[in-house]
Amino acid sequence: MSELSVDHLLGIKYLKEQDIQLIFETADHFKEVINRPIKKVPSLRDITIANLFFENSTRTKLSFELAEKRLSADVINFSASQSSVKKGETLIDTVNNILSMKVDMVVMRHPNPGAGVFLSKHINASIINAGDGAHEHPTQALLDSYSIRERLGEVKGKNVVIVGDILHSRVALSNIFALQLQGANVMVCGPKTLIPKYIDKLGVKVETNLRKALNWCDVANMLRVQNERMDISYFPSTREYTQQYGVNAGLLESLDKEIVIMHPGPINRGVEITSDVADSNQAIILNQVENGVAIRMAVIYLLASKIK
Amino acid sequence: MSQKVLLNAKELNIILHRLACQLIENHNDFTNTVLIGIQPRGKFLAVRLMQMLTEEYQIKNIQLGQLDITFFRDDFRRGDKPLEANSTEIDFVVEDKKIVFIDDVLYTGRSIRAALTAIQSFGRPDEIELLTLIDRRFSRHLPIQPDYRGRQVDAINEEKVKVNWIENDGEDSVYLIEKENTES
Repeated sequence: MSELSVDHLLGIKYLKEQDIQLIFETADHFKEVINRPIKKVPSLRDITIANLFFENSTRTKLSFELAEKRLSADVINFSASQSSVKKGETLIDTVNNILSMKVDMVVMRHPNPGAGVFLSKHINASIINAGDGAHEHPTQALLDSYSIRERLGEVKGKNVVIVGDILHSRVALSNIFALQLQGANVMVCGPKTLIPKYIDKLGVKVETNLRKALNWCDVANMLRVQNERMDISYFPSTREYTQQYGVNAGLLESLDKEIVIMHPGPINRGVEITSDVADSNQAIILNQVENGVAIRMAVIYLLASKIK
Repeated sequence: MSQKVLLNAKELNIILHRLACQLIENHNDFTNTVLIGIQPRGKFLAVRLMQMLTEEYQIKNIQLGQLDITFFRDDFRRGDKPLEANSTEIDFVVEDKKIVFIDDVLYTGRSIRAALTAIQSFGRPDEIELLTLIDRRFSRHLPIQPDYRGRQVDAINEEKVKVNWIENDGEDSVYLIEKENTES
């Protein structure tokens, strides 16, 4: 297969396993490209991409922008804080105005789940979801799986635990879909209040004891506690959360085997993960960031090749 | 679909020896020269020439790489089929080196144009030469000519030249194939 089965990347749940493999194989080539002295290819020089960020983002926005520029696309940026959204413009109007400037592809982050799907039904451009509320963050899940594949050889058959704030996390949901599609076993671990009810219906294991979860897994993906999405208290104190669900070097050393530590960033050092763990060889956090550019180049390249 | 043998294994072998000798004539012991096979089909020829230079002409330490040109092609989003990338392996410095591009068939010249752009990502070579096994005369779209050619062939656009290698296709041979709906 040399073509994606989809015209937009709205979420992992719309992808097939072969799509993921194609994205990974393409990302392998781009990873080689971004390690050249001149890290740029001319493929997308006739494509214009709009990055629409209706919600704050640092690394995802930088990563997308870099990926677009490495592919020679023209890039325009938009953030909601400086826009007419504040003046009452609707999403479709905002985007249609931008598309009138002949934009071929839209990368969008939006606080509302399903914003990307909604937009794909109303506008004529290829859409990449860069995070929609607590729903999906597909490129993050792809780069997470890609980083596991790079470190452990393959994703299939591996035990992966996602630790922390599952309830408010789009990274968790996309990761669950992506990992299961590739044949990995997935567990979620965190305080009961931060684990959605009925999540076991997705076929994931649920564990509230961190030590048990870490002993089971090959890879632990540590999530940040998303205080900004919490309208009520979900645990008594940050200190108590850290005692129960924080990973430190002592805990890792007491395990039966060496596990891989991942984090989608931004890290709250000393809360979900201590500095000595974040900076250790077991952590592949910065590899994830590097792989993020290659994965996003692959996704943009493959979607752009379908624009006629 | 009819096909005609352009070169058999014996003829191919003689030509490879001649090309190897011509390379030695211009590049001596290859201290300042690197060979680069153009993906996907040029790498077989490049590997074969490298083996010949090493084993039969005792030239050691030749640097060999392979270059994929997919992301530098000028027909992205213009064909019916999506472009499939291959791996690039250039584990040496090309800055100030003499490069010999190696490809099996020179047709329109567009692949070589892409390769000339792609190699610049790795540095500024001193000079670049082109070696091609089959040169399809009168079919160039660009002003590109080989410095070393195995055999010159007159083929019309409806025909395809297929180079087979024993390690990949089961035999050493070159065929002229009359196309029906196959790509060139």
